[in-house]
Amino acid sequence: MHIPDGYLSPASCAALYATSAPFWYVALRRMKRLLNTQVVPLLSVFAAFSFVIMMFNLPLPGGTTGHAVGVSIAAIVLGPWGAILSISIALMIQAVFFGDGGITAIGANCFNMAIAGSLVAYALYRMISGRVAIDSPRRIIAAGIAGYAAINVSALLAAIEFGVQPMFYRDATGAPLYAPYPLHIAIPAMMIGHLTIAGLAEMVVSGGVVAYLQRAEPGLLRRTAPGAATPNEAPATGWSKTRPLWAALALLMILTPLGILAAGSAWGEWSPDDFHNQTARTQIAAASGNLAPPTEAPTGLRKLANFWTAPMPRYAPPFLKNPAFGYILSAMTGTGMIILAFVSLAWITSRRTPE
Amino acid sequence: MTRFIERTIAGLTGTMSYVLSAEESATSGGLLQGIDPRVKVIGILALILSSALARRLWVIVSVLAIGLILAIASRMELGKLARWIWGPALLFTGCIALPAIFITPGRSVWTVPTLGWTVTEQGLRSAAYLLSRAEAATTLTTLLVLTTPWTHVLKALRVFRLPVVFVVILGMTHRYLFLLMQSAFDMFESRKSRTVGVLHSADRRRLAASTVGVLLSKTFHLSADIHLAMQSRGYRGEVYSLNDFHARPSDWCWLFVFLSVSILAWRLGQ
Repeated sequence: MHIPDGYLSPASCAALYATSAPFWYVALRRMKRLLNTQVVPLLSVFAAFSFVIMMFNLPLPGGTTGHAVGVSIAAIVLGPWGAILSISIALMIQAVFFGDGGITAIGANCFNMAIAGSLVAYALYRMISGRVAIDSPRRIIAAGIAGYAAINVSALLAAIEFGVQPMFYRDATGAPLYAPYPLHIAIPAMMIGHLTIAGLAEMVVSGGVVAYLQRAEPGLLRRTAPGAATPNEAPATGWSKTRPLWAALALLMILTPLGILAAGSAWGEWSPDDFHNQTARTQIAAASGNLAPPTEAPTGLRKLANFWTAPMPRYAPPFLKNPAFGYILSAMTGTGMIILAFVSLAWITSRRTPE
Repeated sequence: MTRFIERTIAGLTGTMSYVLSAEESATSGGLLQGIDPRVKVIGILALILSSALARRLWVIVSVLAIGLILAIASRMELGKLARWIWGPALLFTGCIALPAIFITPGRSVWTVPTLGWTVTEQGLRSAAYLLSRAEAATTLTTLLVLTTPWTHVLKALRVFRLPVVFVVILGMTHRYLFLLMQSAFDMFESRKSRTVGVLHSADRRRLAASTVGVLLSKTFHLSADIHLAMQSRGYRGEVYSLNDFHARPSDWCWLFVFLSVSILAWRLGQ
């Protein structure tokens, strides 16, 4: 995965340096804004951590061993921007000091593993884990899948970078000057190893570390889990939890005057007077499959119509001239009364339930 | 069954021993050790770039030969270089380049008896390009690190206008790298000394993941401690880098030599 010098043309290397530079710039600015004076020690020590875990020999199912990059752990614990910087720094030290990965290919390696890997890992982890509790097994699965996908996306990018070299760079005899294999060979050759051993190593270490942190230090998982509850913490209640529902309710109340725009009348919601009104009779007939309504209101309807007079008949309080405001006021009054009824019921129930 | 622990310990020990050797050789007498680090960084990067740009095999091999001459003049132990860089680079890139000599289309030069595989001229050239470039670049990069203390390499990077905060982070990463490597080494060694009998596959994975998790916790605690220590010494977010390099006339001469050779290699390589 660490592309050495000589595999990519200087033009490709320059293009990948140029692509990576804005990400580094934005990541550094965001991290400085977020952490202020903590950014230097945190990124330094975390980059050192990333370097060290790349050296770990991880036991994999089937008896083999492999190395992980740790990109998904970094993305889960630090977020995508912190992960981009710390993995990039670890890769730079590997290239310059230990000769693992080329100096000319630092831009490419950082783009593949630190940038694309971190963003993919973070997006997948957030998407799969959602807002589940910090100790949920779904977070372990999300971390494993994120690690597996991140490392494979990185490998695919590296394979594409290798594969395009012979298309553009050949000497006078036609021999490839840099990576010699075309896309149809480079992609399967890279992906076989990563879809099996390297991807598995990343999956094992990502899922395993999240499982460990859930037990030992759940606080480290909170940075990328907004809204998730910890095991010892009561689940979020009240305003914060139901805020979306309240917002939706308010929107619905504001939209209640839309009913005024509807043509005709609602079937069955007729008053005894409607049977004498010619316009209303036409609407009743149109809503009833063109069957003409009886000339007189039904006896039962006439008897019961005056049994109860609503304080806001037809959602239009008598003191309001504007029907739209009438609808909104009616919605607010009705909703308020329902909420009041449920709050009262909850209060009575809670008084009767022993602690 | 604890082979992964032993392998990790061996890897960590190898890296730490490499670093000690690098520090030792960086402070010993020799040609490159006596040159201004800024000149070395510019010169060696220029040579690496010229080998990357070259389209003629003999030019790339010449750059590799220059690296070899510089290594001998800087009193490097060639055996160590062969063990650390030439051998692994040959093995890694050789494995990748080997199929290319058969599958690259071109003029046939030889057919493997019994197998019937055809070796092509273009395939051989392609493998040679890959190997020679990888060896040349690795040799030159390693020479830079083995003849210059890491802190000087970082300060020298400032000539490329890298942000000072970036250089400081690189320097601190390098410093704390060894502390975390030592922590990891201690954890694995103590675990190895306590392990009797057979560890099942799932237990081995759990052990590895827990070790990474513990190291992660230590990393965050260490980072908080360092932050407090920095603040207690007056750190308020601004970073400074002391720049005490003084180029002598001989350094300017070496810069001229490095750049001339690189430009010549680039021109001849086209």
